[in-house]
Amino acid sequence: MNSIDATIAEKGLMSSEMGSERTLYPYVTGTSVIGIKYKDGILMAADMGGSYGSTLRYKSVERLKPIGKHSLIGASGEISDFQEILRYLDELILYDNMWDDGNSLGPKEVHNYLTRVMYNRRNKFNPLWNSLVLGGVKNGQKYLGTVSMIGVHFEDNHIATGFGNHLARPILRKEWHENLSFEDGVKLLEKCMRVLLYRDRSAVNKLQIAKITEEGVTISQPYSLKTFWGFSAFQNPTKGAEGSW
Amino acid sequence: MFRNQYDTDVTTWSPAGRLFQVEYAMEAVKQGSAAIGLRSKTHVVLASVNKANSELSSHQKKIFKIDDHIGIAIAGLTADGRVLSRYLRSECINYNFTYESPLPVGRLVVQLADKAQVCTQRSWKRPYGVGLLVAGLDESGAHLYYNCPSGNYFEYQAFAIGSRSQAAKTYLERKFETFMSSTREDLIKDALSAIKETLQGEKLTSSICTVAVVGVGEPFHIMDQKTIQEVIESLELKEDETVDQGAAMQEDRSPEAAPMDI
Repeated sequence: MNSIDATIAEKGLMSSEMGSERTLYPYVTGTSVIGIKYKDGILMAADMGGSYGSTLRYKSVERLKPIGKHSLIGASGEISDFQEILRYLDELILYDNMWDDGNSLGPKEVHNYLTRVMYNRRNKFNPLWNSLVLGGVKNGQKYLGTVSMIGVHFEDNHIATGFGNHLARPILRKEWHENLSFEDGVKLLEKCMRVLLYRDRSAVNKLQIAKITEEGVTISQPYSLKTFWGFSAFQNPTKGAEGSW
Repeated sequence: MFRNQYDTDVTTWSPAGRLFQVEYAMEAVKQGSAAIGLRSKTHVVLASVNKANSELSSHQKKIFKIDDHIGIAIAGLTADGRVLSRYLRSECINYNFTYESPLPVGRLVVQLADKAQVCTQRSWKRPYGVGLLVAGLDESGAHLYYNCPSGNYFEYQAFAIGSRSQAAKTYLERKFETFMSSTREDLIKDALSAIKETLQGEKLTSSICTVAVVGVGEPFHIMDQKTIQEVIESLELKEDETVDQGAAMQEDRSPEAAPMDI
């Protein structure tokens, strides 16, 4: 039965003439991205790690990028798919600029465009293996949204992908408030990134923080967080453990 | 005029460098009943004269809603107008689906113009025989455009197309400088006054004209007859006030069209 199904399937939805060509697993992946709204716009943080399975292989991957005049994108997941998305967005912004008519695509439009792209790929069983965070400001309106690889999309005051969903969002739910100052916003993001650094094995201690306001985008130079490992429990960690002496 | 040699094909130039088929298509626009548009900073008003084939038939639909923020008025071959409005609606709804945002009028107008241009450069096609007044709102404010069968488009403060539109244009040319800062109500009054000019003495009532508005915070919609009749009457009141000062005001509230004895 399987072989009959396979021959029919080959000519059908999930494959081309040459055999099946669709995304099955991600290879080089980025971990969490966190985004928050603050007084003047949006702040986003992501580390610069590109993991190859369990190896922390690449340590200078830029996962936050500006899009057009009004938007900022952060991606977790397969890095090559993120590069593909950047190419799509580049073309989108190019055609938008070519109209040269005073109208421009804002973060809401870019977010919805990405949703359509992700959802359509999911429907073809060939997803772009990313979770995207899209933020921006246009005409004073702040916008922060996310799209997943299966096309799930929504907007919120604070967004996180990957492990950030489990470790960062509880912190954000408790400590985020309207009209954070820039300094408080960065402190909040660093707090979340520090927790992720301690607890997410695919996190690296080299991160960038990006800010987008009405004036434009600034992405910081990479820097590291201070960590503390001098807990007394880490001295002689196996003392008193079962079977130890 | 001796131009019959070069007017069979839309893809044949005349020695004078004209495409006669395109010019004939623009003649078709001039034959249609009048349509006018005017805009202020925040609102655009479209108005048209409804001509019915006979007393027994219904009026031609000349104003179409394309999206919440865009509407058009047509003059010329109504069938062509209907097809184009279907295209425009399709473009708007597709853009909205992808970007969850209204399609900027300026871009829609260019797409329409490019579509019209194609028909001027294919031997197996003919130009659309309809002129469109496109009224819409986008980020940069209120806009009024005119799209020709030739594929040209222009932005206007106010414009009139169709038969006897010159009378309306003359009226609009006198008053257009005030439009940018007009209120919505004044804009509608001016639209009706311009329509009145094209009627050449026939009585203006709400049954022979259609008015539509789009503005900031106001989606495109066709105004109902009752409201239009009230505006018409207030116009007549003002006119009569200035015409016979001191004499008794004449109020004609009859809604039926009564042609004057000229």
